[in-house]
Amino acid sequence: MTAFELDPRNDITARSSGLARRRATEKIVAVIAILSALLACAILFVVLGTVLSKGFSQLDLTFFTKAKPLFGQKGGIADALVGSALIVGMCAAFAVPVAVLVAIYISEYAKPATAVFFRMVLDVLNGVPAIIVGIFIYGLLVVGHGQSAIYAAFALSILMMPMVARATQEVLALVPRSLREASLALGVPRWRTVYSIVLPTAIGGILTGVVLAVARVAGETAPLLFTSSLITTNGVSTNVSQALQSLPLAIFEFSESPSPSDHAAGWAAALVLIAFVLLMNVLAKTFAGLKRRKLEGS
Amino acid sequence: MTSTTPEELSAGGYASRRRMRPGDIVFQGVAFLAAAGVTVLLGLLAYKVVAQAWPAIRHFGVSFVWTNAWNPNNDVFGAASFIFGTVVTSFIALLIATPISIAIALFLTEIAPRRIAAPIATVVELLAAIPSVVLGLWGILVFGPWMNDHLEPGLKSAFGFLPILSGPTYQAGILPAALILTIMIVPIISALCRELFSRIPRDLTDGSLALGSTKWEAIRRVGLPYAAPGISAVMLLGLGRAFGEAIAVAQVIGGQVAISRSLFHPGDTLGARIALQYQGATTGLETNSLLYLGAILMVISLVTNVAAQGIVSRFEKARRLH
Repeated sequence: MTAFELDPRNDITARSSGLARRRATEKIVAVIAILSALLACAILFVVLGTVLSKGFSQLDLTFFTKAKPLFGQKGGIADALVGSALIVGMCAAFAVPVAVLVAIYISEYAKPATAVFFRMVLDVLNGVPAIIVGIFIYGLLVVGHGQSAIYAAFALSILMMPMVARATQEVLALVPRSLREASLALGVPRWRTVYSIVLPTAIGGILTGVVLAVARVAGETAPLLFTSSLITTNGVSTNVSQALQSLPLAIFEFSESPSPSDHAAGWAAALVLIAFVLLMNVLAKTFAGLKRRKLEGS
Repeated sequence: MTSTTPEELSAGGYASRRRMRPGDIVFQGVAFLAAAGVTVLLGLLAYKVVAQAWPAIRHFGVSFVWTNAWNPNNDVFGAASFIFGTVVTSFIALLIATPISIAIALFLTEIAPRRIAAPIATVVELLAAIPSVVLGLWGILVFGPWMNDHLEPGLKSAFGFLPILSGPTYQAGILPAALILTIMIVPIISALCRELFSRIPRDLTDGSLALGSTKWEAIRRVGLPYAAPGISAVMLLGLGRAFGEAIAVAQVIGGQVAISRSLFHPGDTLGARIALQYQGATTGLETNSLLYLGAILMVISLVTNVAAQGIVSRFEKARRLH
C-alpha cells in the first residue's frame, strides 16, 4: 500500500531543471494555503459579527425574563432558556454515566478485537444524523405518549453518548500503564484501581469531552422537532413531562417567520446560544490544560 | 510465553480471567452491559426507523426512490427530488470543502509557525462549534440575499453558458444550501486532515527534501500519497455529515419539489423535507412517506460511515505493518 515505485514521473531528481518555476509553485501553494485558512477565519468572524451586531441591541432584561408569546407582541426567551437547561441537563445525566462506563469497558476490560468492535459501534452511532435519532425516539416513545422534554433529553443523549465515550476512551488510553501496574501490584482490585487511580488521572480529559458534547447538543434542533416542539403551555414551564420550548427551536421558529421583529428576536436568541457554546469551548480548553498538567506531573 | 502486541501494552487491556474478585466481576459486568446496551440501541434504532417506514415501503415499493412527486392531495409521493437535492448539495459541498480543508491542514502543519498555527486552529475549530440553526439563520437572512444580489449574478455573467449556472436567481436554492454545508464540513475535514498530516513520518518527507525537492514537492509526492487513504476516509465522513444535516439546509434551500438543472433554483433534501413537513403532514400516508425518506437517509448515511470506518481500519492495519 505504501510502496513508492520508481516511476519516472515520480522521480523527483529528474526534475531539477526549472528550479525557479518549482520555487514559484511552492510559493503559490503557500499563498493558497494561507488564503484558505484566512477564509475560514473570515467566515467565522463574519457570522459572529453579524449575530453580535444584529442581536446585541435586542438584549434587555425582559428578553431574559419574559416567555415567547404564542401570538403577537415582543416577548423573550425565558421559557426557551429554562427548557433548554432542563433538556440538556437531563441529557447529560443520561448520557455521561453510560458513556464513561462504555469507555471504561473498552479501555480497561475488553480484549483488543472487542474494543475495536465497540469503538466502531460508537463511531457509527456518532455518524447517525440527528434527525434520524429524532425519528427513532419519535417512533419508540413519542407515538402513543405524546411529546415531552424527557424524550427530547433521551434523543439528545443518543447523540451525546458516543461523543463523550470516544473522548473518554481516548484519554483513558493516555493514562500511563505504570500507574495501573503500581496500583495492582499493591494488591488493589482492578475496579478500585479504575475508580481511584485511572479516572481521577483522566478527569480533565473526560470533563473536556463532556463540556464539548454539551455545547454540541445544546445547539441541536432536529431531534427536538419530533420530541419537544408542540408547545401547549404559555409561559415558563418546568414540567418535563410536557413539551418544553428550547433555544435552538425558538431560533428555528424565529428564522422561519416572515416578520422582521421575529428575525430580530432570532438574532438575539442566536447570540445567547453562540455565547453559551463559545463559553463551553473556553471551559473545555481550561479542562484540557488541567489534564495535561496532571499527566505531566505524574 | 505469550507475545504482547503493542495495542495491549498501550491500553489497559490486561484481561486475565483468573482470580477475579467479586467487585471486579460486578464492575466489569456493568461496564459490559453499558457497551452491549449501546450496540443494541444502534440495532434498535436501525430497526425502528425502517419499521416505521414499512407501511409506506409496502404501499409504494422501491419505485418510491425514483418517483419525482410530493402531492398530498392525490396521495402520490416519491423521493427522487430529495435524493437528488441531498446528493447534489452534499457533493458540491465536498468538492469545494476538500481542497480548502487540505490547504488549511497543510498551512497548520507544514507552513505556519507554531504560535500562529495554534490560534488559527482554534478559530477553525470554533467554526465547527456554531450550531447549525444559527448558521441557517445567517444563511436565510444574510447569506442567501447576498448571494442573490452579488455572487449569483456574477457567476451567471461569467459562466452563464453552463446550464447549471443559468436561469433566474433566488434567495434560497441549491447553491446557498451547498455553500452552507461547505462551511459546516470544512472545519471537520480540515481538523481530521491536520491529524493525518501530523502523522506523516518525518523521515519520509525529510528524505524527499534531502534529495532536493521543494517543500511542496515533498508534500505532493511523498506526504499526500502516504495520507491518501486517510483523506478519502475523511472525505466520506464529511460527506456523511453533509447528507445528514437537516436544519441549516431546510432554512436555506427553499423547499421545492424539483429536479432543476440550475443550481440557483430552490430544491429540497431528504433531511430538510422531513424537518419542515413532519408537523404539517396531514395524512397518515404522508407521515409514512416522510418516514420512508428518513429510512433512505439513514441507509445512505450508514453506508457512507461504515465505508469510512472500513478505510480507516484498513489504513491503520497497513500502517502498523509498515
